[in-house]
Amino acid sequence: MIQMDRTLAPPRLRWMTAEVREVIDETPRVRSLVLHLPEWPGHKAGQHVDVRLTSEDGYQAQRSYSIASPPQPGMVTLTVERLEDGEVSSYLAGDVRAGDKFELRGPIGGYFVWTPALGGPLFLVAGGSGIVPLMAMLRHRATANSDVPATLLYSSRNFDDIIYRAELENLAGQGVTVVHTLTRAQPEGWRGLSRRIDRAMLDSTGFAPREHPRIFICGPTPMVEAAASDLRDLGHAPNLIKTERFGPTGR
Amino acid sequence: MSLQQHDMLPLDGNAAGGLLRELFALDLTTAEITCGGCGTAAPIGAIRVYGGAMGAIMRCAHCDTAVLRIAHTPAGLWFDMHGARRLFVAASEV
Repeated sequence: MIQMDRTLAPPRLRWMTAEVREVIDETPRVRSLVLHLPEWPGHKAGQHVDVRLTSEDGYQAQRSYSIASPPQPGMVTLTVERLEDGEVSSYLAGDVRAGDKFELRGPIGGYFVWTPALGGPLFLVAGGSGIVPLMAMLRHRATANSDVPATLLYSSRNFDDIIYRAELENLAGQGVTVVHTLTRAQPEGWRGLSRRIDRAMLDSTGFAPREHPRIFICGPTPMVEAAASDLRDLGHAPNLIKTERFGPTGR
Repeated sequence: MSLQQHDMLPLDGNAAGGLLRELFALDLTTAEITCGGCGTAAPIGAIRVYGGAMGAIMRCAHCDTAVLRIAHTPAGLWFDMHGARRLFVAASEV
């Protein structure tokens, strides 16, 4: 019988225990959780994790969440939006406290990822909490001292719903162009865009197809599909457009 | 961000990465799958997924054929690939 060399096989994806080290309020409905995971091998920007909660009677609920932090062993930051009747998010973005522990497995997915070696320019298109995996990319760009040009087009409902607002302002001075659009209401004196993401907006804010930008789109399914379709129509190669849909928009 | 289950709206194959890693040693989200219905090839991470943690159906973006189905049942884990013609994993991923 042939003995397989188990040391060469990739590690099996298994559940590990995450401990909450810090809870950061990002917006009224969105929180970031800094998690300590001694066995965490590190990850690529854009990957996600599965979180599993088990209640005292044994009932389990499982959801997937994007990683917000840049690659780093032993630590992961998740950013979670509280959904109406979301059985996992109501805890992660609600009652959770520093010191709490829950089960997590990952990193998962090598498709929707950016590494500095992939280069740029980088065109990131976010709707609402779809900013999270794209923020991991911008943070990795910064920690790796990458100088690839990057543009973020970020759609939020209201000014107060903009996640990572202060950090994005700082990034704007480091070779990152940040364009906000507010779809529901705008504060007095708002000088940014004030409508949903559309083809004209993608055309005027993004890079030209001849620059071969790496494009990552993340947000509610209808927004992601519309933006991907518009970008293909504008002449961007389909294999350079990567999408991550996160389901319903009614939030 | 959360990748939420919903009856009507699809997610990407990327969202099924955890389910697939229960079966496969390699990350299949970057692997290319060829639809058994129409022959369209696409990365699994790019195709549409309907479902959640207990099971998922992955459908061809071109003809809607169910190329992969995966389900947890009390009896065990089911993986139905009769809608797929072949799977290609790039040398860099093996």
